[in-house]
Amino acid sequence: MSALLEIIGLQKSFGGLVVTDDIHLALEAGARHALIGPNGAGKTTLVGLLSGIIAPTSGQILLAGSDITRWTPQDRVKAGLVRTFQINSLFPGLTVQQNVLLALSEHLGASAQFWRPIGAQRALFDRARAVLDWVGLGAYTDRRVSDLPYGPQRLVEFAIALSLEPKVLLLDEPAAGVPAADAARLLAAIEQLPSDVAVLMIEHDMRLVRRFARSVTVLVGGSILVSGSPDEVMSDAEVHRVYLGRAGDAGGARHA
Amino acid sequence: MSRALALIARAAIWLSLAAVVLIFPDELSFATAIVVMALFALSLDLLLGYAGIISMGHAVFFGIGAYAAGWLALAGWQEPLSALFLAALAAALAALAIGPLLLRFTGLPLIMVTFVLGVILYEAANKATAITGGDNGLTGFGFAPLFGVFRWSVFNRVEYLYALAFLCAAYHLTRRIVASPFGLALEGIRENATRMMLVGAPVRKHLLRVYVLSAFLAGLAGALGTVTTRFVSLSVFSINSSIDVVVMLVLGGVASLHGPIIGAAVYMIVHHLAAQWNPYHWMFVIGALLLLVVRIGRGGIVGIIAALAKRDRDAARSHAR
Amino acid sequence: MNSILSALVFVLLYGVSYGVVLFTISVGLVLTLGLMRVINLAHGAFAAIGGYLAVALMNEAGVPFAAAVAIAVAATAAISVVVERLFYVDLYRASDLDQVLMTVGLMFLTTASLNLLFGPDIIPGDLPPYLARSVDLGIRAFQAYRIFVVMLGMVLILGLWLLFERTEFGARLRAAVDNRGMAEAMGIDVGRLFTIAFVLGSALAALGGAVGYPLFPLEPLYPFKYLTLVLIVVSLADFGNIKASAVAAILVGIVDTGGRYLFPVSGSFLVNALFILVMMHRTGLLRVRIA
Repeated sequence: MSALLEIIGLQKSFGGLVVTDDIHLALEAGARHALIGPNGAGKTTLVGLLSGIIAPTSGQILLAGSDITRWTPQDRVKAGLVRTFQINSLFPGLTVQQNVLLALSEHLGASAQFWRPIGAQRALFDRARAVLDWVGLGAYTDRRVSDLPYGPQRLVEFAIALSLEPKVLLLDEPAAGVPAADAARLLAAIEQLPSDVAVLMIEHDMRLVRRFARSVTVLVGGSILVSGSPDEVMSDAEVHRVYLGRAGDAGGARHA
Repeated sequence: MSRALALIARAAIWLSLAAVVLIFPDELSFATAIVVMALFALSLDLLLGYAGIISMGHAVFFGIGAYAAGWLALAGWQEPLSALFLAALAAALAALAIGPLLLRFTGLPLIMVTFVLGVILYEAANKATAITGGDNGLTGFGFAPLFGVFRWSVFNRVEYLYALAFLCAAYHLTRRIVASPFGLALEGIRENATRMMLVGAPVRKHLLRVYVLSAFLAGLAGALGTVTTRFVSLSVFSINSSIDVVVMLVLGGVASLHGPIIGAAVYMIVHHLAAQWNPYHWMFVIGALLLLVVRIGRGGIVGIIAALAKRDRDAARSHAR
Repeated sequence: MNSILSALVFVLLYGVSYGVVLFTISVGLVLTLGLMRVINLAHGAFAAIGGYLAVALMNEAGVPFAAAVAIAVAATAAISVVVERLFYVDLYRASDLDQVLMTVGLMFLTTASLNLLFGPDIIPGDLPPYLARSVDLGIRAFQAYRIFVVMLGMVLILGLWLLFERTEFGARLRAAVDNRGMAEAMGIDVGRLFTIAFVLGSALAALGGAVGYPLFPLEPLYPFKYLTLVLIVVSLADFGNIKASAVAAILVGIVDTGGRYLFPVSGSFLVNALFILVMMHRTGLLRVRIA
């Protein structure tokens, strides 16, 4: 069982401030791994390091055996490493369909074409329709993203990532702030992800962690406190002291 | 509107633009100048309206195209079509050279750097009187008759139709580009360049492509100006020129393709009328128009018309219920 | 040897005085850019208004130089308050393009108004005798005006430094520049801070325009003509760093003066070349190794 994503000694400092401290992590194909920890622990920074937006101070990232540490964000996406954003990063002036078409067009190598109208690319449209239906956005196809309520916007965020057929998917608090109905759809979609995709999910909601995760890592102050199965981690005394609050009080771990 | 109807409507519009030859035979030199500016503004719409690159120095490419056409003619190359394309190519090559450097900037730094570079080129052109003719400009050249048959003349009939043909071609070319996957990618870059990177888009490459293409069209416009007037002045490089074209584009409506054409016409006509009153008073009008456009919000003239049309349609729909 | 020293002192004095005026005119834009992140292309308009008012007062009403400058600065500051509330308030959250358009529009309106009120020609203005006279500094004689400008500049730079580094207002301003959201959360009225910064910048620009008219002649196209120089200074100062802008402005002044002195025909290009080189370095194309 070789790792699909391997993080070796990853370190990030801004001047004297160490934000990511010697992270070691391995995800195999099909992993369902949750990354939890208090705010400011460096979870989103880690995703930034993995997706290539932030350059590490030292350490290595391996994707399917290849060293991608110096790779551009684009190359990582093309190799199958895809992330979603905690705060939506969409194309607000464009329609839902266009948002997904954009991702598909790049993924399928169509974006260099400047002569044939995109309307004639039936394959792209069919794929877009499939993704949108799968995620439950069919009714919003021609709506401008900036006109959508927050819940469907979050679904678009997810749909874009899905269009890229990720091998490793980094989800940054996917359901945060999403009203119940849309959250249910989102969570169902996450549940139905292909079984060979490795998923790393940043989460605060312990119920979701218990529902999805087969393994959990706790990040505190930029370094790993403990890793293990959900039960192991959530009954760990140190974790409770630092993050979860009184033993068994999973609700107290919910942050604003 | 059905496709056939839309096609007929568009054909009718272009035909009536061509008919200006018959309707305003004494204003053809002005009309040709409008067409040249419209093409210039159209080139900027691709870059600014669709890709979101705010360049305040686009006159650089207009000027390179204009002077290249002049130099070709002075050197003896007077076939109008090939001279035009070579001049536009010169502008495109300049964009290819400077694009990788310039496109590293974004936002406010980009605006400022493009502005300053435009001014620097103007001053350089001003100093290099040997090749640019300085304040007097380039004169004393002409072009061979178009296709060997149509002569250039003071009546400007050939000039106007020649320019209009290129505007029409450029308009349809940019329409195709904008409707293509590449066009959508440009809009994606405008809306969220970071996310485009994270869907695997080669953002720099896309931008360089549109930059070169936009420069080609701007250079084409400049060369068109040279061929139709047989004169090139330093004003092609001026700050005014760079600012004017942005104003024209915004007045008409960004990211619409027919917006810049309308904007160029309105701007030139207003300028022309106001300038007869006083050389500076047109600035009152254009300044006020700019503030109005920003206040009213997106869309310029095209946007306002579209919004009014939508209101009519919504009203009609609610009446019909 | 004596003539080289004389030339050096000349370039330094004239260059620094030019640079000081340029700094005074530009620092407001640096402030606006750094604090409000607004590209105010119309910034030069306040310098023009300040200059025109001062010269008009001197020429038409016989007001003495110092008083004319003071009144002009105060009047322009008052105008800028109105302009800020009317127009710039909308710009703080507007897109880059909207900011460019609106400020270009204001530039047009200013130029057209100046032409309407004062005509299209350069306004002549004579310096008062106590500034126009020559002062012998030993190496060679200089116009008292130049020395006055340099001294004014030093006072100004010192004053601004004190304001930003040693007062509570300055601390609040720096906090808002660093992290607006946090500053607001701490109870700082950032909106009012913006207005004060804007007025301060405009007043300084007016001072530069009023004091600097022998160096920057007044004509309706003033906001356009000197926009480039101001933008170069701002760009060299990394778009928002006030200390760097003082250095940048003086550097530009010296390079420009020295360039024109040494190469009368193409000397003015040196500033442009400097700009290009610095920008290239910024984008990583030219890495200068130190140590």
